[in-house]
Amino acid sequence: MSNPEEILDPGLKLYEKRKGVYPKAVTGTFRRLKWLIMAVTLSVYYITPWIRWDRGPYAPDQAVLVDLAHRRFYMFGIEIWPHEFYYVAGMLVMAGIGLFLVTSAVGRAWCGYSCPQTVWTDLFQHVERAIDGDRNAQFRLQDAPWGPKKIGKRLSKWSVWLFIAFWTGGAWIMYFADAPTLVVDFWTGQAAFVAYATVGVLTATTFVFGGFMREQVCIYMCPWPRIQAAMMDEKSLTVTYRDWRGEPRGSVKKAEAQPGSFGDCIDCNQCVAVCPTGIDIREGPQIGCITCALCIDACDKVMDQVGRPRGLIDYVTEEDAELDKAGKPHMPVLKTLFRPRTILYFSVWGTIGLAMLFAVGNRTRIDISANHDRNPLYVQLADGDVRNAYTVNLRNMENRPRTMEISMTGLGQAVLWSGDGSRDGANQSVKVKVPADSVARARLFVAAPGEGAQREDFKLTVRAEDDPSAQDSHEVFFERPEIAR
Amino acid sequence: MGNKPKIDKATGTKTVGHEWDGIEELDTPMPRWWLMSLYACIIWALVYVVLYPAWPMLNSATEGVLGWSSRGEYQKEVDAREAELEPIRQALVNIDIHKLADNPELLNEAIQGGRSAFKVHCVQCHGAGAAGFKGYPNLNDDEWLWGGDMEAIEYTVTNGIRNPDHAETRFSQMPAFGRDGILQAKEIQDLVSHVRVMSGREKLSGSAKRGAVLFETNCAVCHGSDAKGNRTQGAPNLTDAISLYGLDRAELTDTITNSRYGVMPRWGHRLDAATIRMLTAYVHSLGGGEAAPTMDAPANDEAVTGVKAGSPVDEQS
Repeated sequence: MSNPEEILDPGLKLYEKRKGVYPKAVTGTFRRLKWLIMAVTLSVYYITPWIRWDRGPYAPDQAVLVDLAHRRFYMFGIEIWPHEFYYVAGMLVMAGIGLFLVTSAVGRAWCGYSCPQTVWTDLFQHVERAIDGDRNAQFRLQDAPWGPKKIGKRLSKWSVWLFIAFWTGGAWIMYFADAPTLVVDFWTGQAAFVAYATVGVLTATTFVFGGFMREQVCIYMCPWPRIQAAMMDEKSLTVTYRDWRGEPRGSVKKAEAQPGSFGDCIDCNQCVAVCPTGIDIREGPQIGCITCALCIDACDKVMDQVGRPRGLIDYVTEEDAELDKAGKPHMPVLKTLFRPRTILYFSVWGTIGLAMLFAVGNRTRIDISANHDRNPLYVQLADGDVRNAYTVNLRNMENRPRTMEISMTGLGQAVLWSGDGSRDGANQSVKVKVPADSVARARLFVAAPGEGAQREDFKLTVRAEDDPSAQDSHEVFFERPEIAR
Repeated sequence: MGNKPKIDKATGTKTVGHEWDGIEELDTPMPRWWLMSLYACIIWALVYVVLYPAWPMLNSATEGVLGWSSRGEYQKEVDAREAELEPIRQALVNIDIHKLADNPELLNEAIQGGRSAFKVHCVQCHGAGAAGFKGYPNLNDDEWLWGGDMEAIEYTVTNGIRNPDHAETRFSQMPAFGRDGILQAKEIQDLVSHVRVMSGREKLSGSAKRGAVLFETNCAVCHGSDAKGNRTQGAPNLTDAISLYGLDRAELTDTITNSRYGVMPRWGHRLDAATIRMLTAYVHSLGGGEAAPTMDAPANDEAVTGVKAGSPVDEQS
């Protein structure tokens, strides 16, 4: 406020313009690790929907399927119904705590290696280098005037990007329908509109996020870097520039001329050149650093060339960095890894996982719920008995049709029959056929003598005929007129 | 006024050139994108006015060249739904009504359709839950004045009960024993006692014994000597727990003295055959529906009920 000229500077913008990032190709240990992780994650993404899993004739044979249309979620041997969504919630909680655990132990490893934004950006940058050339060629092309060569290169790069982006969206929809059928439907124009829309949206976002926004997504759009800042502590692994070893910077020539007055950093700028987010790690830990460790590879290579020890830029915890600076040995790895924080995260994570496994293993795949009819509450029958009606929902969560027996307990000599049955010959149980993997609705009539309490509780129990251990009960009531007769 | 526009020093913006006592106005027009949006809205509005109903006139609004209206839109949806239901209606009309139960899918469609039609045409007298009121029978129970199998219910719905000027209507008339002077007031009280003894509401008394004799001569012809009623005449069973007008002394006295003459409209000329079938199926499904009289009901205890998954959800009125 002190200087109005500065506030009114017409060059000052609300948003900073994106500075182009043209990362240089690099080789080394971490680059190889990134290749490996990219191969694994992309394979998992593309192959998973094509894995088959035999569930018999009444359920889809796709191993992983989110069947939104029929409201079922299949994951190998586990089938989740909408009312069991807490398992999905539990998995999300586990994913969250898992990220906490990973972050407190090895820092932003998720960001650096397996985040889809990182993987796809990495892929797009390789395409870019293959077509436009490495860092310097990219600079030149960027500054070159638009001509046939530049247009050709741009068009071919964007086409390859679009191709990758399209297959990203194309693979995503395979998780939501039978993959082989959907592929045929998709290319014959018979798939649901939402399939085309999803592919369209994901193609667009992949193209824009991976091709143009890249590190902007990490820095401005993603909340995770900000949350991770709170997750990390002095014992979390992070990419560190050993400034006490590197500073002051000076070229090899200068160092030879004045031995002793320069650090190990020769200021070659290779760490900046290879950085996919365009930062300078020598400025210290920062939000733009996704800890992909490519600068470690670049720096190690240079150190090898000039004959200085590796590790000027290295994965070091903040605590070890301080010890290093003071010339003391590092903390033992196990002590750093197993500390109260990580142990707590791990036990919470493990407890939720075990609890869910236990719950899944003990699920009853049969369920009854009954609603007492309210209009009329009761019906006076000619012989003096009173009849009540119930609407019963039976869930058969197994992948085979089952005959279920509904029986009643706790209402004396009352009898039970189904809506399309008859009171003649009715007793205290009725059989209902429930189709595979579905909910059946049945109407039940219950008749009991007119004398008795105005309201009596009793229990409806359902059992599967082919598995007597599977059963479920529902408490209901029987209503009589205020004064019988 | 009328000064030349100049550049304002503090902001670097041009002024409009007007000046009032030293106060000048900066020339900061609406942003171009804003103006463009405004013009686009105006063009949009002009096109809209031509295409769609817009200007209010005395009786209605201008129609617009597309001829669109929300009523028309609604009618289109109704027609589309009707067209969808047409095959079901056809199938319902063509099927033998006693075979309807063998076709659970069609039966279910009929019951759901009947549920809706019942809410429009029948609830006024029989109530939303079909439980009836005094004088209007409860359709949920297992007593029927004129018969409770599909065919009998359909006949009743089609032709009504005691409809004037209709030959096919269900008809009977109980004499007004008191009003017409057939029985004395004391005799009527004896009859009341007898009827209440028959349905277990009173203990046998001298009055009831006298009533039994009167019953044989005056009432048995319609209600039967066992008082179990007669469905061909709509004569109710007097021995069971259900009664249309109540079985306390006052109500019974009123019934025997003045008779009762309950009327139900006929629906055959107001509703189409398919809707009547739907109503029939719905009423039959309420719990008291009877099997066709000629057929013997099959043993039910081992019968397994098949239920179709995802059948329309009952809204639990």
